[in-house]
Amino acid sequence: MPITRAFEGSVDYLQILDKDGNVDKALEPKIDDTTLVSMYKGMVLARIWDHKYMALQRTGRMYTYPPIEGQEAIAIGVTLACKSEDWLFPTYREASIVYHLRGHPAYQNILIWMGLEEGLRLDKSIRCFPYATPIGTQLPHAVGAAFALRSKGEKSATIVFGGDGSTSEGDFHDAMNFAGVWNAGTVFVISNNQYAISVPRKSQTKSETLAQKSLAYGFKGMQVDGNDILAVYRTMKEAADNARSGKGPIMLEFITYRMGPHTTSDDPKKYRNEEEVAYWRDRDPIKRFQIYLKSKGIWNEQFEKSVNDEATKIVEEGVVKAEAYKPDPKDLFTYNLASMSKDVKRQMEECLGKG
Amino acid sequence: MKMTMVDAINACLKQEMERDSSIIVLGEDVGVDGGVFRVTEGLLQKFGKGRVIDTPLSESGIIGVSIGMACFGLRPVPEIQFQGFEYNAYHQFIQHMSRLRNRTRGNFTVPMVTRLPYSGGIKALEHHGESMETIYIHIPGLTVVCPSSPYDAKGLLASALSYPDPVLYFEPKRLYRAFKEDVPEERYTIDIGKANIIKEGKDLTLVSWGAMTYISKDAIADAERQGVSVEHIDLRTLSPCDYDTILDSVRKTGRLVIVQEAAKTLGFAAEISARVCEEALLSLEAPVKRVTGWDINIPYPKMEDYYFPDGKRVLRAIMETAKF
Repeated sequence: MPITRAFEGSVDYLQILDKDGNVDKALEPKIDDTTLVSMYKGMVLARIWDHKYMALQRTGRMYTYPPIEGQEAIAIGVTLACKSEDWLFPTYREASIVYHLRGHPAYQNILIWMGLEEGLRLDKSIRCFPYATPIGTQLPHAVGAAFALRSKGEKSATIVFGGDGSTSEGDFHDAMNFAGVWNAGTVFVISNNQYAISVPRKSQTKSETLAQKSLAYGFKGMQVDGNDILAVYRTMKEAADNARSGKGPIMLEFITYRMGPHTTSDDPKKYRNEEEVAYWRDRDPIKRFQIYLKSKGIWNEQFEKSVNDEATKIVEEGVVKAEAYKPDPKDLFTYNLASMSKDVKRQMEECLGKG
Repeated sequence: MKMTMVDAINACLKQEMERDSSIIVLGEDVGVDGGVFRVTEGLLQKFGKGRVIDTPLSESGIIGVSIGMACFGLRPVPEIQFQGFEYNAYHQFIQHMSRLRNRTRGNFTVPMVTRLPYSGGIKALEHHGESMETIYIHIPGLTVVCPSSPYDAKGLLASALSYPDPVLYFEPKRLYRAFKEDVPEERYTIDIGKANIIKEGKDLTLVSWGAMTYISKDAIADAERQGVSVEHIDLRTLSPCDYDTILDSVRKTGRLVIVQEAAKTLGFAAEISARVCEEALLSLEAPVKRVTGWDINIPYPKMEDYYFPDGKRVLRAIMETAKF
């Protein structure tokens, strides 16, 4: 008996807009000007907000924060490519901008990083799930959610984010495996930003790509330039459409780079060099999209100023409102369970000085 | 109708699934096989593949997807085949199931009932006999119940299946088919958070739960024949624990024996003992006595009887405490 091929698979890579802003006309998606403007505004806002968060943390006005700089095209491209009926499950790194684009008030986003649960009082109408602090643990939630939505007859996808490090977690395996078996309407968005804190991508797995892991679970995976918002948008739109219409899950590996530290407590100089950072700065997602918008006649200096002014206003007003927010210590006890046990009630009274 | 605990849980699941179409059952072998203990027998035939799901073999996957389902309008009832295999999923209990309501200020809730066959005494393999309820009771945000009879099993499960928060439902395996009792066919509920005074008494209070309630009964009868009147409290709910009922009883009897199947150190009996010492010390006529498993690894089945508290040890504890 001859040896036969038991399995064959491959992973495609997509880039539409190169680092210098040159567009591949054959692959260029048709996106209306309003959406193009929203993409740019979203990315600029994310970056301004990021810098503000870092400054607030450095001056003791905020706690630990995980910056997004360099990865904006993924968060914004994905969010804008989805329909409003789709559910988004961001990680902590995308949370602020994803929630914002869906309508979560800016001051509440800021409250998250000022250390208050109030920030995650996410109204269900915006269809965003609370981010998970442990790595990858949100991935199976999105699969269960997709199951529940389908059982209710809803046609909506669940879009769940993870990082390169999360693909090493057992929850990644669980989620991918259940999604495949159930043909769940879930899109796995993996932002491969090259590092899990200090550990490089090559130390996470021997796989040549992260995307190929999907093949073992019986569905498609794709690798995409995550700093090219046109490619992000195009692949995400198709993936969400498929997931929504019952064609099952897909995994998208977006290649990107975290320009800043893992969090405000991290010093990336310990594990990567300046040349590497410069290489990626040259591949900045905002810079190349700016060139593209200029070629479309959308971007000019005045446009840039108005986008920056608008973003700064959102952030500054949000900070003022967040800093004025007065948390009620009673809330620490109120929300643990639907009804408070006698014991916890007594503890609350003691804590609040009434016992 | 006379039912075993397995019959009662099965009847309750059928009744509740008919009442509430959002309830779904999932886990390893729960469908075609009806569960390795046959607790979910017949559910697949009655409710179909959309509501009774044989999942991939992954405890953490089962709990992870169930949390997602619960947040999105379903009421999943995952079965962890043996509690001793649950640890792979423990992070989902402690990091998400217990915390989602609080961290979203009540906007995302997790109404689900995790069924956990636990405790030993049936000569099963290793990892099939632990009593690890303490590690769940310790987590704020989780509600833990444990029936000790077919009647309680049905009523507590019915309550859990309309509870607004996640409930961990501990099923003492050795009671699955240990005895039958009358269980109403019609729906009834037993309040979560309320202990059951099985028998009133005046000389000594005995607190137990799960299989230990069953093994304590003969010992209590023996003690009574020797003139010691025992008040027997079955906790039914371990978290939130009904301390008021325990404290009222101890204030009356002045003596307390707690019977726990788990290892002694940091078991739930320790917490009950601490609470009684904090709040009713001056009512005590004798030291609080704990009857527990030993602080050793649970033996393989051949020698397991050395490990678990039995009627003799319970009787000895009652008599020592009564005579102190």
